[in-house]
Amino acid sequence: MPELTYREAVRDALARALRADEQVFVMGEDIAEMGGSMGVTQGLLEEFGPKRIRNTPISEMAIVGSGIGAAIQGLRPVVEIMYEDFLTLSMEQIVNQAAKHRTMSGGQVTVPLTIRTQGGAGWSPGAQHAQQLEAWFVHVPGLKVVFASTPEDVRGLLWSSIYDDNPVLFFEHRTLYPLKGEVPEELEPIPLGKARIHREGEDVTVVATGRLVHDALRAAEEAEKEGISVEVVDPRTLLPLDEDTIVGSVRKTTRCVTAHEAVAHGGFGAELTAVIQYGAFDYLDAPIERVGAKFAPLPFAPVMEDYVVPHSDDVLEAIRRTVARG
Amino acid sequence: MGSGGRRVSGEVLRGFFREMLLIRRFEEKVEERFRAGELPGFLHVAIGQEAAATGVCAALQPDDVIASTHRAHGHAIAKGTSIDRIMAELYGKLEGCSQGFGGSMHLYDLAAGNLGANAVVAGGIPGIVGAAFAFQWREEPRAAVAFFGDGATNTGTFHESLNLAQLWKVPAIFVLENNGWAESTPATQHLPLPAEELGKRAQAYGMKLIEADGQDVEAVYLAALASREHAVSGKGPVLLHLRTYRLTGHYVGDPQVYRDKEELKQTRGSKDPIELLRARLELSDDELAAIDAEVTAEVEASVEFAKAGTDPRPEDALKYVYA
Repeated sequence: MPELTYREAVRDALARALRADEQVFVMGEDIAEMGGSMGVTQGLLEEFGPKRIRNTPISEMAIVGSGIGAAIQGLRPVVEIMYEDFLTLSMEQIVNQAAKHRTMSGGQVTVPLTIRTQGGAGWSPGAQHAQQLEAWFVHVPGLKVVFASTPEDVRGLLWSSIYDDNPVLFFEHRTLYPLKGEVPEELEPIPLGKARIHREGEDVTVVATGRLVHDALRAAEEAEKEGISVEVVDPRTLLPLDEDTIVGSVRKTTRCVTAHEAVAHGGFGAELTAVIQYGAFDYLDAPIERVGAKFAPLPFAPVMEDYVVPHSDDVLEAIRRTVARG
Repeated sequence: MGSGGRRVSGEVLRGFFREMLLIRRFEEKVEERFRAGELPGFLHVAIGQEAAATGVCAALQPDDVIASTHRAHGHAIAKGTSIDRIMAELYGKLEGCSQGFGGSMHLYDLAAGNLGANAVVAGGIPGIVGAAFAFQWREEPRAAVAFFGDGATNTGTFHESLNLAQLWKVPAIFVLENNGWAESTPATQHLPLPAEELGKRAQAYGMKLIEADGQDVEAVYLAALASREHAVSGKGPVLLHLRTYRLTGHYVGDPQVYRDKEELKQTRGSKDPIELLRARLELSDDELAAIDAEVTAEVEASVEFAKAGTDPRPEDALKYVYA
């Protein structure tokens, strides 16, 4: 199997979708000649030309809003919002328009729009370039939310998102772009709403997203040395959520840790916890542990940034705590 | 105005008159039924602004599209949705143009080219840029039209949208229905320039500006035709600035404590587009009564149609969350 980086896998999915369907186009800030601030769209302008690979003004509301309008007319726009933090500038169009057109119209309108964005700490950008805001969108009926953690998943899920007939928020993690991984020779679409069990285990389930999937896998290896068998599950799609796989895993292991880089308070882990306690209440042997960022805007100085966001050590400690409950 | 010296025939103007009176009688009926407690939610009528809806939509082709505002009834009627289906929507019935999911502020009719009315001020504008972009992409000779008011021109959405539309020269028409009020706030408190000069904002984008008296349906129609020609010929979008007047409150039941009573009386007496057109057409009392009887009967029938409609089942609420 070929090996791609996470960045190359995103690009590969875009290129394949652009080749396969004339209705697909990509627009966003600095995505054409420059290839995007993360280099994800490099080379696309050369292959597909300026009609389909379009730089936009710094106008997040208009980027998303015009994407919505084009999608309703039958195109399949993939718009890029350079940083998750800038989604705040397009929230009206995402939440009030994209998510609601179908219901408000009594089923007449279809919005096949994909909104790609990225974020994540670990490089001292300060408070406005690294937030993890995926939980906000999970609260909005009409949206789908994807957060992939590996090259294979990001490729297969982006393809499915582009060809989904609903607006999809597609989250990528900045620090994962250089991550290498094997991918199938031919792109295999991954259906939205299916979790991946990365590692099977018997004692504790860690449900992790984004970068924390990899931290959870490292923590699981450490726990193994202590005689604790950890199962790691990545929901991959946060909305709709594969509740069966997650609840089934916890029913088996009887203990659970949720882990994401986003602020723990009000984060996606809270929703996971609610789903799991309801679906696996009679099976749980310990309170569900939540790992997430501390409740502070992300500070600049590396020592403080490192303190605020969670790492594999935090996951390992949570695993130990849940096992210690007997 | 770019009308090329064209004039509109009396027959066409009579058609406009009939439609404007239909919109007026529809909205009056809606007010009446709302006050009687029959309609849920709340309502905004566009009494006084009928010439904008009729004149603009008459200049469009059937496959052109519009996005409307919270003051939506006239736009929907003028773009071709039957008043039966609009009235049924206001009653929350499945026969409604949005199957009871939308209400007064979310009238949709995709088949008629109505991409939806929008309850967020300026919310529909960027979608129209995208629709126009799709027409340009496919080289279809179609125009996409956004209606909005003077209040919307102060939003970032408006600026971002016009900037992008002009940059990409998409076939969009931005119809500014400038009634001088942002809800209860007068232009003097929300615009840094006189309301009459609001069209100047087009210059900031290098965009074509076309202006017309929004109370004169013929002028609106000719201006809209010129706007459409400009947009669809590939020359880029147009800001179509219509100076108009809201003859009632912001919403049905608005006591308008903020509005000078004498000004309102004078405006009603001198700026009613239906009265102005009636005078222009020199309609006799009998002719007027005949047209009025016709449209009033249609409106009455729409109420009967709506009341006889089907209530959605509660669980239908979840039907259209996803495609």
